[in-house]
Amino acid sequence: MSATSTKKGRILWVNLCLILTVVLVSCQTKRGEYASISNDESKVQIPDSIDFSFHIKPILSDRCFACHGPDKNAIEGGLSLNQAEDAYAAIGENKDRYAIVPGDLEKSELVNRIFSEDPNLVMPPPESNLSLSSYEKELLKKWISQGAVFKKHWAFVPPEDKDVPQVENDGWSQNEIDKFVLKKLEEQGFEPSKKASKEQLIRRTFFSITGLPPNVDQVNNFLQDDSPEAFEKIVDSLLQTSDYAEYMAADWMDVARYADTHGYQDDFERVMWPWRDWVIHAFGKNMPYDEFVTYQLAGDMIPNATSESILATGFNRNHKITAEGGVIPEEYRIEYVEDRTNTFGTAFLGLTLECSRCHDHKYDPVSQEEHFQLFGFFNNVDEDGLMANARVIPKPFITITEEEANGVLDFVNMTKSNSEIKVMVMEDMPEPRNTFVLNRGVYDQPTDQVFPDTPEAILAFPEDLPKNRLGLAKWLFHEDNPLTARVAVNRIWQRMFGKGLVESSYDFGNQGALPSHPELLDYLAIKFRTEGWDIKQITKFMAMSATFQQSSEISEEMKERDPENTYLARATRLRLGAEMIRDQALKISGLLSPEVGGPSVKPYQPEGIWEETTGGGGGSTASYIQGKGEDLYRKSLYTFWKRTVPPPSMMTFDAASRDLCSVKRQETNTPLQALVLLNDPQLIEAARAMATTATGVGEIQDQIRFIFQTATSRIPDEEEMEVLKGFYTNALDKIKAGEIVPEEYLSIGEYKPDSEIAPETLTALALTAQTIFNLDETITRG
Amino acid sequence: MSEKKILDNSAVNLNRRTFLGKSALGIGGVALGSLLGCNFYRKEGELLTKADNPMGIKGILNSPHHAAKIKRVIYLFQSGGPSHLELFDYKPLLNKRRGEDLPESIRNGQRLTGMTSGQDKFPLVGSQFGFQQYGKNGTWVSDLLPFTAKMADDICVVKSMYTEAINHDPAVTFFQTGSQQPGRPSIGSWLSYGLGSENKNLPAFTVLLSRGSGRPAGQPLYTRLWGNGFLHSLHQGVQFRAAKDPVLYLNDPKGISKATKRTILDNLAELNEKQYKEFGDDEIQSRIAQYEMAYRMQTSVPEVMNTDKEPDYIYKMYGSDAKIPGTYAANCLLARRLAEQDVRFIQLYHMGWDQHDNLPDAIAKQAKDVDQASAALIADLKQRGMLDETLVIWGGEFGRTNYSQGILTDTNYGRDHHPRCFSIWLAGGGIKPGIVYGETDEFGYNIVENPVHVHDFQATLLHLLGIDHERLTYKYQGRRFRLTDVEGHVVKDILA
Repeated sequence: MSATSTKKGRILWVNLCLILTVVLVSCQTKRGEYASISNDESKVQIPDSIDFSFHIKPILSDRCFACHGPDKNAIEGGLSLNQAEDAYAAIGENKDRYAIVPGDLEKSELVNRIFSEDPNLVMPPPESNLSLSSYEKELLKKWISQGAVFKKHWAFVPPEDKDVPQVENDGWSQNEIDKFVLKKLEEQGFEPSKKASKEQLIRRTFFSITGLPPNVDQVNNFLQDDSPEAFEKIVDSLLQTSDYAEYMAADWMDVARYADTHGYQDDFERVMWPWRDWVIHAFGKNMPYDEFVTYQLAGDMIPNATSESILATGFNRNHKITAEGGVIPEEYRIEYVEDRTNTFGTAFLGLTLECSRCHDHKYDPVSQEEHFQLFGFFNNVDEDGLMANARVIPKPFITITEEEANGVLDFVNMTKSNSEIKVMVMEDMPEPRNTFVLNRGVYDQPTDQVFPDTPEAILAFPEDLPKNRLGLAKWLFHEDNPLTARVAVNRIWQRMFGKGLVESSYDFGNQGALPSHPELLDYLAIKFRTEGWDIKQITKFMAMSATFQQSSEISEEMKERDPENTYLARATRLRLGAEMIRDQALKISGLLSPEVGGPSVKPYQPEGIWEETTGGGGGSTASYIQGKGEDLYRKSLYTFWKRTVPPPSMMTFDAASRDLCSVKRQETNTPLQALVLLNDPQLIEAARAMATTATGVGEIQDQIRFIFQTATSRIPDEEEMEVLKGFYTNALDKIKAGEIVPEEYLSIGEYKPDSEIAPETLTALALTAQTIFNLDETITRG
Repeated sequence: MSEKKILDNSAVNLNRRTFLGKSALGIGGVALGSLLGCNFYRKEGELLTKADNPMGIKGILNSPHHAAKIKRVIYLFQSGGPSHLELFDYKPLLNKRRGEDLPESIRNGQRLTGMTSGQDKFPLVGSQFGFQQYGKNGTWVSDLLPFTAKMADDICVVKSMYTEAINHDPAVTFFQTGSQQPGRPSIGSWLSYGLGSENKNLPAFTVLLSRGSGRPAGQPLYTRLWGNGFLHSLHQGVQFRAAKDPVLYLNDPKGISKATKRTILDNLAELNEKQYKEFGDDEIQSRIAQYEMAYRMQTSVPEVMNTDKEPDYIYKMYGSDAKIPGTYAANCLLARRLAEQDVRFIQLYHMGWDQHDNLPDAIAKQAKDVDQASAALIADLKQRGMLDETLVIWGGEFGRTNYSQGILTDTNYGRDHHPRCFSIWLAGGGIKPGIVYGETDEFGYNIVENPVHVHDFQATLLHLLGIDHERLTYKYQGRRFRLTDVEGHVVKDILA
């Protein structure tokens, strides 16, 4: 790969970081030129033209900003490298020296320092435990020699409406997304993959839009539909389902740190599920994103506020609340306001505001004062830091009456609850509470008084907006706000493609990842904003792209050249999320309850895990009383979430803990996952239900094919069929030999086996189904 | 976090350590610590495991920052806040001045919990239990701890621990994660991440719970105390339970023989392997390997938890409770067995130390729960030659007030939470045995000599394992996090 052209700066950077910072034992040919750096530093290849954003800023931010960055109070030696005017300024006692003199390496102290071998002079200093590689030093040197040009951080510059690129091989593109993607692929000399098989495509689309797999009929219908609109019809119909709304809501539960308990110490139960029902409702009716967020931030303040818009503000009350006897209420009240502030940062701005609580942000231009100005928007709630007891509903709250639940709030599923429900919401006091900067972020150390405002570097708060949560929502959706739309479309992209165009979907700041396709991100952000913040439309737009519809096969060559699939020359295989794994088993076995909303439920959970940790307090959360009947088969979105002891099977599959706002989950692969998949009664029972259905389908070969196709959305080939048939026969033998005891195996879970079917046959088929349920392919979205 | 960043920050943090290269082990190739097996980073917090790899299990540190003194830690956490004044910190003045109000000069602005801040009086109260001196150094130990007292020459009592937290949830979370608010990885997760596991059949970080008889309904625990926070989920603590499922979901479904299970796994592997050939995704290989590890755990966990073959003299050492699964004594014995299997971090929690009222009766029961078995654990490790490579820690999240919470009667009193000073003990490799470190004032309220903060304690623990607490970091959301946050000093005075 040539390292000499600017357009390859991005991959160069990625690869160099991959390689330079480690000493490679061996290296592929394509990377050999970089690998040699570790052996012979003189051979480092520096790009001809240095780009501040791609080459320099990541180094400055990561290695220098802790002492020479945006935090005014942490500046060492009077030098800040945060912006050009500071970096070029005279320093030293006599103001006669300069860290950076553009174009002049001799006079640029920075160059001397980073190359110095004197431990008293070298930068970064040894005690920081940070260092620069030779390559990084050379980059900085060349950047200065080329004029040391600074650029504003990309994410703080509003998206630019650029032309859609012209590409050569235009037979492939389905819409604009593809042109942006193809342009990059052409630059790399890559080609897009072939189109995914129809089986793979429908499975991927179902999971990406609804979190559930298609059934056999849906797959077969799609296979038989040769019309050009076949795929679009599928996408359109999926977007109209309640499954879509529930799946979107499940995602939002992480962002909103939703839980059914208060989260500290005894961890008492709370009732916030009517708010969750509202989220499902809002996604279902495709409420525009700006309205969706405005309702949640300021539904109590909008003109003609309704019960619905007020209920939506429960978003900002989903944080943990303590009931631990003896805590100092103000200490915790401050934590709640902090939580709202930080959630606002992560969820809507893609910024880590936590850092600026104790001091100016080390990496991003958010001062401590600005942190508390934002904090000020959320600080006017007449709330208690400490719950008086478990029965108290922390104020402020609204009461949902039966009448409302049958009328204006008919999306709240009250069929299984009391006639009146109290739900926590936001409400400001008539006289705002005074807000102060807190020294080191500590609750009892107020310093200067501040007033609600937003960080200057993102977008100054327009004077015509009210300085309250409603004004803040309007600021968020102001057309000059550089972050809101980008952060939102990036998360939708993450859901559809497995990884955001900005991989660090939680951090668009200086320490975050750079966008892999900046122009595409901006294009999507502008489209989303100017076409009505239409979530379904933008989701469909992504699904309809040729990029989305590629095969996920990975060639050896591409595994080498783009292991992370940064360039999107294929689809990424993704392990299913925690909810999807269980929900899929329920759906394909026919056990899944179609009910939407209502109080959270308690499906199977290993015995004793609440009881082991309770102190005896906790009331309804001291012991786990497993649900019955339908409650065992509701979607995982409805599983009761006890924050201090979350559902273990879901946590094993990387569900978020719901302690704090989370916009991205891990995707891990562990032995504990194997144990859940093999031994969770929920899944064994589902395999039995699956087998029961399958026994009605022809001969054994047909039955196995049916199960396999239901679980993986494709028909097994001969080899697979042979293995599975062999397994089935072997299981029958083992039953005869007494190694498998049908009565025992069939008694797992509440679902009763069909007495018409011979237990031996059912057991052998259920075990076959269980094996199929454990296939990597079954728990993967290809 | 991308692979790039993992490698980036690994390299930055670890002084350009040598990592394994592509050709040998697959993508990225950073070998690192894990729950089980041979794993290495692939992308954001993700590990790639290959069936065909040699079975070495490595942490992100290829070698320690300095020579390690110990291989493992057994942390006997006494949850609820054991009273230092009844156990290790002998204060006869409090008996002399019983009933007098705590002088304001001693309280000196200490914030109180909401449970006693409303009291009109803060009547001083001394221990109802006697103290004697033990060992070569004359260490004061309460009559409540006769077995521990006999080990006085083996333990190092730190009387000058302090914390900022004044309530259980934040205080326990602080000890285990370095932060009062939830969300960060726990100590054991950091160790798994940094050092990996030396046992390919058991997790690097195991957790054992027991309930105290002093206050059976007291303070709860939270699974986040052994959570991995933002680290890879392979680093989470795995609870070993005295229940039907010793590890959650470990048992095969009923009605299925081991051979049947093996057949299922073999068929799965065959079908998965075929998928791998088609799609080329290394995750499939990894999945096959994880199923094999799960299978091995199904043997290794029951094996290590089955104490039937322990000889009688061992049960005599640990006490009769050791035969009752789920007791503190049984867990101490299990801790030794896990240590023998080279489990890196063995975390016990014993609940019930929250004596706001009825303290004399309750603390006597609590002490009886733990005294014999804690001492036996040290003796047992010692007789096996393992004590010098193991660190054993005994202690809670804070101490208790020197004044009575509620009414002080002739025979009864209670104590509220006290963060300014409390006592813990340490024993084993790298620690000076038989010493007492730090001193409190005559009121047992303030530290007058050698204060040890929670972060200092954590820094020292990491130091003994060969880790510089400032250099074991993980970059998350743009910031390099570490167990000790931005504080912490190694307590060199107690190091052997």
